[in-house]
Amino acid sequence: MPGSFPGTEPGGTDPVVEVHSIVRRFAKITAVDDVSFEIRSGEIFGILGPNGSGKTTTVRILCGLLQPTSGTARVAGIDVVRDPDAVKSRIGYMSQSFGLYRDLTVEENLRFYAGVYDLERGWRERVDWAIQAMHISAAPRQLAGTLSGGIKQRLALACALLHSPPVVFLDEPTAGVDPAARRLFWKIIRGLADGGTTVIVTTHYMDEAEKFDRLAFLSRGKLKAVGTPGEVKSSFGVGRSLEDIFVTLQEGEGA
Amino acid sequence: MTRHRLRSMIWKEFIQMRRDRATVALMLGIPIIQLLAFGFAIRLDVRHLPMAVYDESRTQESRDLIQKLEATGNFDVTRHVGSYEEANRLIDRGAVRAAIVIPEDYARRIKRGRSTAPQLLVDASDPNTSQNAIAAAQLVGQRKNIEILSSLSRAPSRVETPPVDIRVRPLYNPALKSSIFIVPGIIGMILSITMVIITSMSVVRERESGTLEQLIVTPITRGEIMIGKIAPYVLVGYVQLTAVLTLGHFIFNVPIRGSLLVIYVVTFLFITANLGLGLFISTLAKTQAQAMQGSYFFFLPNVLLSGFMFPREGMPVLAREVGLLFPLTYYLQILRGVILKGENFLDVLPQTGMLLLLALLFFGFSVQRFQKRLG
Repeated sequence: MPGSFPGTEPGGTDPVVEVHSIVRRFAKITAVDDVSFEIRSGEIFGILGPNGSGKTTTVRILCGLLQPTSGTARVAGIDVVRDPDAVKSRIGYMSQSFGLYRDLTVEENLRFYAGVYDLERGWRERVDWAIQAMHISAAPRQLAGTLSGGIKQRLALACALLHSPPVVFLDEPTAGVDPAARRLFWKIIRGLADGGTTVIVTTHYMDEAEKFDRLAFLSRGKLKAVGTPGEVKSSFGVGRSLEDIFVTLQEGEGA
Repeated sequence: MTRHRLRSMIWKEFIQMRRDRATVALMLGIPIIQLLAFGFAIRLDVRHLPMAVYDESRTQESRDLIQKLEATGNFDVTRHVGSYEEANRLIDRGAVRAAIVIPEDYARRIKRGRSTAPQLLVDASDPNTSQNAIAAAQLVGQRKNIEILSSLSRAPSRVETPPVDIRVRPLYNPALKSSIFIVPGIIGMILSITMVIITSMSVVRERESGTLEQLIVTPITRGEIMIGKIAPYVLVGYVQLTAVLTLGHFIFNVPIRGSLLVIYVVTFLFITANLGLGLFISTLAKTQAQAMQGSYFFFLPNVLLSGFMFPREGMPVLAREVGLLFPLTYYLQILRGVILKGENFLDVLPQTGMLLLLALLFFGFSVQRFQKRLG
């Protein structure tokens, strides 16, 4: 998946995502509270945190789906606050709930998204590539609504990758997926990153933390730590697992 | 806007429509069922209204008048009464819906060429019923006039005024059959309802099921989503129009006096205006249930104020002005004009202009309101 956009060369050190003091308030709650971080090209970046910590809101802001109350963010060279529509051809997005058409077949969903992403010549090759790379060749004519959780998830990923975006956002992709499918999924993600695609994944499964190159730890909308899994762990004190830290933070919230 | 994205959107909508068999069946079945229901069951014209007779004249002439009234099929003589009060009481009780009172000197005056006034009492608690009954009775009076005048013409010097004082001549629908009036109305009604409900539901369904969230993270524009969503329903609208026109013509003998081309062209504007309205409702509604409610909120004034059932001429000013906001108001005028009176495109140009304006307004406004954002 070579990055085809300038400034997003694989292995480059330029940040492909820059988040600066993002705040988002809904009526009474502050879902994201002054969060800043950077993501480098070709990284697998994790946004971790318990439910309600602001992971999804952050991702939606970065995809131009939500306007932040204040702060700035650049994704793949685009200011997403000022120009939320321009970023959409440069990113792939996979929403938390299955967002494809259940009454369309696997192939029809792929063909539809190929059209929506403006792939003209070569869309057929791209769809074939996606079916192969995502291991969904077993059921091209099956309705998407009848697929198993793992295949659904990989189909959604396939649709999000059809236009070869340099940056991909995956919101809780592994929720409700069996262990074998999860393992296959992480193998695919690693392959993408090796090809230069920047992959941003939100999760509340702490055992997945080791899969990330770097991660941001959110709690109640605030950024608690950012860095490699080792750095994040040590910032909370030596000898504690991320799972312990997670539970401590959550209990602190509940009190 | 790219052709490629728009084409994909339309293609997808067609596949989804094809897979949703129940909705397709409803969209095609409802117009036909409605047409038959309105055409046969809900007749605005009144047949066989029970009528009392108070005949003081008791002559050949008075019996002839009663028989002519009965022959219209609007009245059935069920009672003969001996006084005006009794006739009134029967109407009061609801035992009869009309009463004919023929004065004692009826025959005498006709023979002398003087005018005479038999009185028809009609229970007007339902204005539609009474209007039609009165119209039918007036027609009888008028025919009687011609008959009497021509019989007297052999002795013209004795005529002072027309013997019976009625001057109504129904044009375009001389039999006053409501099916002829109602079929164009049904076309407008059906198109309006399906277009508004189906589009509002279809956009909200995408929002509820989460597919819209996935879709708006792609480069597709608001206009492409909206046009793509409604395009298949334009086709559905034309199928409905054709079905109702064909059945109306062959079952209810509705004449099609004007140009079908004008009807089909103007229908495009009408469909677009209603689709725009449906899209507008979808931008307000969060759930399919809300979209349904919103559609019904629009549905009732549409029936009442557009002139579908009640003549707009009889409405209070405010109601009439509110009715001007509904595309159906103009479309009905066009349909009735073209189908029943044989009006041409120039005759219906003002209404067509209004339809165009409303279509642009509703559609533009909904696209404006539809945000490619969440929250």
